[in-house]
Amino acid sequence: MSFKRVVITGIGALTPVGNDAPTFWKNLVAGVSGAAPITRFDAERFRTRFACEIKGLDINDYIPRQEARKMDPFTQYAVIATDEAMKDAGFDTDKLDLDKAGVIWGSGIGGLKTFEDEVMNYSEGGRNPRFNPFFIPKMIADSASGVLSIRYGFRGPTFITVSACASATNALIDAYYYIRLGVMKVCISGGSEAAVTNAGVGGFNALKALSERNDSPETASRPYDKDRDGFVLGEGGAALILEEYEHAKARGAKIYAEMIGAGMSSDAYHITAPHPDGIGAFNVMKNALEDAGIQPEEIDYINTHGTSTPIGDPQEIKAIERFFGDHAFKMNISSTKSMTGHLLGGAGAIEAAACIMAIQDQVIPPTINHFTDDPEINPRLNLTFNTSQKREVKVALSNTFGFGGHNASVIFRKLED
Amino acid sequence: MSEIAERVKQIIVEKLGVEESEVTTEASFTNDLGADSLDTVELIMEFEKEFNISIPDDQAENIGTVGQAVTYLEENVK
Repeated sequence: MSFKRVVITGIGALTPVGNDAPTFWKNLVAGVSGAAPITRFDAERFRTRFACEIKGLDINDYIPRQEARKMDPFTQYAVIATDEAMKDAGFDTDKLDLDKAGVIWGSGIGGLKTFEDEVMNYSEGGRNPRFNPFFIPKMIADSASGVLSIRYGFRGPTFITVSACASATNALIDAYYYIRLGVMKVCISGGSEAAVTNAGVGGFNALKALSERNDSPETASRPYDKDRDGFVLGEGGAALILEEYEHAKARGAKIYAEMIGAGMSSDAYHITAPHPDGIGAFNVMKNALEDAGIQPEEIDYINTHGTSTPIGDPQEIKAIERFFGDHAFKMNISSTKSMTGHLLGGAGAIEAAACIMAIQDQVIPPTINHFTDDPEINPRLNLTFNTSQKREVKVALSNTFGFGGHNASVIFRKLED
Repeated sequence: MSEIAERVKQIIVEKLGVEESEVTTEASFTNDLGADSLDTVELIMEFEKEFNISIPDDQAENIGTVGQAVTYLEENVK
């Protein structure tokens, strides 16, 4: 049996730097930060009082109120991003074989706000065990894939992938595999997260994972800078329409790029810390390139996991140097989390979108907020500091690593017949 | 219309997204107002919260129309 080829035919994004894919991309290229003081809840007493929130969004402009109130925000974000991606893909839905169309979404947590609200309500209401009947269906992480399946009538495989901050990348990988195997022709994939809540910020604060640069939120996410002090929590997500190549060609679809490889690995080391030798990071890139059947020299751009944590950033960079050798100094590397913050289970989706748009527009979005070189980071590497760079981009790699030691990488290439 | 009936109507309009004119005394939550069984449970919870009472499950099962809700609440809200 020969594998089918997989292409991307639709993109939608709802992010801290733009509420649709074109705005998201324009602001990434322009180096715009999405960080600002938290508005989602009163963060006055929290160690971190800023985040990368979605801005100027009225959910009811996209989803009728009666439907929206039965969805956790992470599902609302999934719906809004997917509506854009589906429109972009331009399907004639009458001609789509819905039994061969699936939804594989990623979320690291699921309905955190719903869970938090219900438990607070229970606690404040004298522990009267009356829970809202929509509590469970709103909160469970697979509700996003369920809602999207119902919304579009997709009756193929539909489920959610959970691997912390690698979740959306794992979703893309599963979608890619199933289309490759011929199980599906079309798949809505991507991921979303809505963790800017009391428990989300408080929980990550307890891990000392978040930046506490409250006096300057917009410069807080500074991957590879010597003075980085943790990640900035982000919210939102992105949807990609993955489609079997011949299927896309037959309907004359616009094709952004081909997905040519996927890799997974695990650190088997610690529940939150990455392996200090970057074993998992090295292996996941190796596995992805082997799957794609390409040489290290063919990679033009790596969108790194690069969350702006003191421990995480150097180990990924060292793994890149070790794996790519001299070519590491010829490619462009950037962490768009410097602008978007860290969308956790949605990160892999917006970063895959960034890779695809870099291929589309032949420009590398920057790593903003670089002020001081870190002696741990080799200055010969081109980390695309502060401003975007024009270059030929044929092949782009996106890395994501999750708590639990889950690593997932995907590779996109400019379509060649 | 009693004050209780007015408040019940507002809750139904808000939760089910229906027009005020549809919320008649005879209207059934499920047959006329588009609610499913989960919506109905949520409505009962909203009534409990709004009127600060507890409606036992066996009583809640008998509340299927706007009129039944109003009658129950008028009899039980102090």
